Amino acid sequence: MDLVATVLDGILLGGLYALFASGLSLIFGVMRLVNTAHGDLIVLSAFIALVVTDRLGVHPLVSLVLVVPLMALLGYGLQRGIFNRTLGSDILPSVLVSFGLTVLLQNALLQIFSADSRRLQAGNLETLHIDLPGGMAVGVLPCLMFIVALIVIGGLQLLLYHTELGRAFRSVSDDQETAQLMGINNAHLFGLAMALSLAIVSVAGVFLGIRTNFDPSIGPTRLIFAFEAIIIGGLGDLWGTLVGGVILGVAQTLGARINPGYQILAGHLVFLAILTLRPQGFFAKLR
Amino acid sequence: MQSNGTLLEARGLTAFYGDFQALFDIDFRIKRNETVAIIGSNGAGKSTLLKSIIGLVRAKAEAIYFDGKAIGGNPAYRIIAQGISMVPEGRRLFPSLSVEENLSIGAYSKRQGPWNLEAVYAVFPMLKEKHNVAATALSGGQQQMVAIGRALMANPRLLLCDEISLGLAPVIIKEIYAQLERITANGTTLIVVEQDIKQAMAVSDRVYCVREGRVVLEGRPPDLGREEITKAYFGM
Repeated sequence: MDLVATVLDGILLGGLYALFASGLSLIFGVMRLVNTAHGDLIVLSAFIALVVTDRLGVHPLVSLVLVVPLMALLGYGLQRGIFNRTLGSDILPSVLVSFGLTVLLQNALLQIFSADSRRLQAGNLETLHIDLPGGMAVGVLPCLMFIVALIVIGGLQLLLYHTELGRAFRSVSDDQETAQLMGINNAHLFGLAMALSLAIVSVAGVFLGIRTNFDPSIGPTRLIFAFEAIIIGGLGDLWGTLVGGVILGVAQTLGARINPGYQILAGHLVFLAILTLRPQGFFAKLR
Repeated sequence: MQSNGTLLEARGLTAFYGDFQALFDIDFRIKRNETVAIIGSNGAGKSTLLKSIIGLVRAKAEAIYFDGKAIGGNPAYRIIAQGISMVPEGRRLFPSLSVEENLSIGAYSKRQGPWNLEAVYAVFPMLKEKHNVAATALSGGQQQMVAIGRALMANPRLLLCDEISLGLAPVIIKEIYAQLERITANGTTLIVVEQDIKQAMAVSDRVYCVREGRVVLEGRPPDLGREEITKAYFGM
């Protein structure tokens, strides 16, 4: 029974990883931009939520009402002001610039908030649980994270395949020059994609801040989890990203069960194994 | 404006790819409702000329006038909103989109006019049957129909077609040009870029021959002699 509970924990943790990953996946899909600052943007949104909850005395989840639009706006500005200038046939400039942004964000957060660990106080949400048969229990927070991940990915899927904006995203992803011939303003569309990505990031950031301690240095690790979830699931498939997140989550909780020090290592080992045996991931879109 | 007035005009149009100059001082005038063919060999600058008109290649502001307004240097989405659209060389359909989605994305600029899905399907009924199929799964000729339909969805006053006969069987080419003639009958102005001189002469009211980025010959097909065209085309 213990094992079942561990696996269940891992599955639910996968929801958080899918939230980390889906914004990153969207950006790469639409404009072939590898945003290495993605993890630090997750942390930044956790800090913004911290300020909002402190100042206004609201619950972290309520703070999303402010954090989501703020991050979306920041995303649009970042894309139009900086990232759009780095896009082209060469992927390297965008990697370098987003890496620069990583350094900048980490140091700015360090300057403002110091290196201390913080936590978003979510009251009894952190301890609430649902009793399951067989003496098992599952936390309400992990369940909520998983449900939100399902909603976010389902919503993204709906947007991409059933709206005009989604059609524009897909056509730009196929062929940027021809997309311009359709009357699409690529620079604006990329801005919208980044806004959407950072809106998802802010949800991920708030859940991260409720679930664990955070400090300015933890961004890169979240970026790696996001990358691993995307690669395991297969590039370009959002439901695959969720499965990738779940596989990563289960590997980590099982690893932690063997020895708490093995949690991260076990995730990386499974990732490595999948990269070796099935480098295209489980649900790779054929292109 | 009179119906036979100038719709598109280029004055000293130049174009560059980095340091490489692709177009030199191009002048032309295209009247409303006219069908103009641009001929020339590979690399003569024909495609660059179309790309400059639609804003994919940057032109100087005063180099291109559309309906009396300077449009040079405008981004493509602004130019398309004013009523120019283009069928690119090689069709360039979006592989992740179905036939119907490819057509629908053509209407992204929301320009009002006679063209919509129904109107395109009326011209190319075969596309309606295959509306749910991935666009790149169609035959070459059918793909070309999608590409033309997609450009029409933007409700253009001026339609640019780049090498639409390339790689297609003669019978299909004939069919496509026959449809184009019907399409432009409602007043759409048409510029076709063609490597096939015979085809170009057959469909157009006027021909421009481009060589090494310059206009080297202009005239109405009946007025142009075979030798004159060959000389302009090959430069010998």
